[in-house]
Amino acid sequence: MSLFEHKLADLQGLLHKKEITVTDLVRESYKRISEVDDRVQAFLTLDEERALAQAESLQSKLSADGQGMLFGMPVGVKDNIVTKGLRTTAASKILGNFDPIYNSTVADKLFAADAITIGKLNMDEFAMGSSTENSHFAKTKNPWNLETVPGGSSGGSAAAVAAGEVPFSLGSDTGGSIRQPASFCGVVGLKPTYGRVSRFGLIAFASSLDQIGPITRNVEDNAYLLQAIAGLDPNDSTSANVEVPDYKSALTGDIKGLKIAVPKEYMGEGVSEEVRQSVREALKVLEGLGATVDEVSLPHSKYGVATYYLLSSSEASANLARFDGIRYGYRAENAENLIDLYKKTRAEGFGDEVKRRIMLGTYALSSGYYDAYYKKAQQVRTLIKQDFDQIFEQYDVVVGPTTPTPSFKIGEKVDDPLTMYANDILTIPVNLAGVPGISVPAGLSSSGLPLGLQIIGKHFDESTVYRVAHAFEQATDHHTLRPEL
Amino acid sequence: MTKITTDEVKHVAHLARLSITEQEAEKFADQLGSIITFAEQLNELDTSNVEPTTHVLEMKNIMREDKSGKGLPREEVLKNAPDHQDGQVKVPTILE
Repeated sequence: MSLFEHKLADLQGLLHKKEITVTDLVRESYKRISEVDDRVQAFLTLDEERALAQAESLQSKLSADGQGMLFGMPVGVKDNIVTKGLRTTAASKILGNFDPIYNSTVADKLFAADAITIGKLNMDEFAMGSSTENSHFAKTKNPWNLETVPGGSSGGSAAAVAAGEVPFSLGSDTGGSIRQPASFCGVVGLKPTYGRVSRFGLIAFASSLDQIGPITRNVEDNAYLLQAIAGLDPNDSTSANVEVPDYKSALTGDIKGLKIAVPKEYMGEGVSEEVRQSVREALKVLEGLGATVDEVSLPHSKYGVATYYLLSSSEASANLARFDGIRYGYRAENAENLIDLYKKTRAEGFGDEVKRRIMLGTYALSSGYYDAYYKKAQQVRTLIKQDFDQIFEQYDVVVGPTTPTPSFKIGEKVDDPLTMYANDILTIPVNLAGVPGISVPAGLSSSGLPLGLQIIGKHFDESTVYRVAHAFEQATDHHTLRPEL
Repeated sequence: MTKITTDEVKHVAHLARLSITEQEAEKFADQLGSIITFAEQLNELDTSNVEPTTHVLEMKNIMREDKSGKGLPREEVLKNAPDHQDGQVKVPTILE
C-alpha cells in the first residue's frame, strides 16, 4: 500500500514513531512519479536533489520542538506559482526558461510549514483552459482513463494527487480551475474566498478572480494545507485582513440543522442526468445527517460564462502585456525594431488560446466598446454576486454539481472555444461572487469516471464548507476509490 | 451574429502587439465573432441602475508605509534577461 493512502495526521504519527522517515515520503513520491508519470504527464519540472536534501535536514528536526504543520509532506506546485530557483513556466513557451529570483508567498509558507516541494505541475498555458490541452509542453492525462482529459487549468495538480504521485498539491482557480479538475480526477479541491490566500508570486491571469487553493485526497488534509497558506500578506494588497480560523476544528461531522440551498439552474437541462442523480444521492446523505435542503434560484447564473469571458480576458490582456521579450522570457530573433520585437516575441511565445483571449480582452476594452462589453459585464457581475448574497441571508451553503458532465476525450473540444467554455458554467459564478467553493468526490459515472459535488459557502466561511464536505466524505466511501494505473 | 472583420482582428492584434498572418486573422475573426455574439446575451439584462463590480471585497486604498526596502541585486535581475550588456538590459534600435 502506498504511504499516501494515509492522511497527514497518520503520516506524521508514523514519522514520530520512527516507522518511516521524511526521506521515505519524498522517495515514495519520486518512485511513483517514475512509475506512472510517463503516462500521466502531470509534472513539468522535478526538484529531486533539493527535495531529498531538505528531507534529510527535516529528519534531524524531528525530535525538536516547533515543527511546521505540514512537516515532511510532499507537495506539488502548479507551474504558474513562482518558486525561487525552480523553473516556472506557466506552461508557456514565452516563459520556457524562466528561473525565478524570488518566491511566491505560498511557496514561502509551504517552506515555513516544513512541506517539501517535489516539482512543478502542468496546466493550461497561463491557466487559460479547462482541459490542460493548452499547455505548450505536455498533455496531462486523466489517471482514471488515459484517453480523457484531467480537466483544467490545474490538470497536473489534480492528476498528480489522483495518481498518488503527491498527497498534496496547489492549484489556482479563476473560473473553476481547481474544482473542475478535482471533480474530473476524483480528488478534493478548494477555491478559497477571494483575498484569503496571497496572490503574490502567482503569475496573474485575471487579478480580480484568481485564487490559489489546495488539492488533496481528503477534506482533512485539504484543511491543513489551506491553514498553512492562508492569511494577510503585505505583498498583496488584495489579500484580506480577516482572521484565519482553525479549519481542523470545523471538521466535527455535525451538520444537524444546517440549511442547504440547491439552485434549480444547477440541476437543469444542461447538466447530464447521471450528474444530477449523483447530486440527488448526495443530498439524501446530507439530509440523513440532519441538514435541510431547499430548492432556490440563482437567476443570473446563466450569464456567468459570458460575463466571465469578457472580464477575465480583459484583465488578461492587461496582465499579459508584461511578456514582451525584454526583461525575461523568450525573445524572438531577427526583429527589425522594438515594436517588431514585441510582436514577433508574443506571436511566437503565446499559444492560440492565450492569443484569442488577449485579443478578446483588447477588443472589449478598446475605445467605443468599453461600455458595451467590459462595463456591462461588471454590472452583470454585481447581479450575480447579489444572487449569492440573497441566498446566503437564509442558507449556510449552496450545493450542486461541480461540472455538467464527467471528463471528456482528449481532442474532443479543443477546437471549439465556446463548447469548452460551457464546461465551467457551474464554477464560474463562484469566482465572480468571490465566495469559496469546494469539489469533493461524489462517485463514478457509468463509464467509470469521477463525479464531483460542489459546496459553496459565504465569504471567508471556508470552515462551514469544510464541515459539510467532511461530513459528506465520512458518510460515504467515494474518496477511497482509486484509479488503476 | 456580430461580425468581426479580418481588418478589425488585425487592428486588435496590433494594439495587443501580436503579429498575425492573413490565415490567422481569418480564423480569429470567426472565433472572436462567435464569442462576442455569445457575450451579447448580456444585453437581455437591464443594468441601467446597477453599479459595476470591480472588486468583490469591501476594501479601499490599501496602503503600506511609504518606506523604501531593499532592492534585488542587479546580477539576479539580469539573470533572466534575453540580452544584456554593462549591467543593463539590451534591446534593438529604438530610434532610427
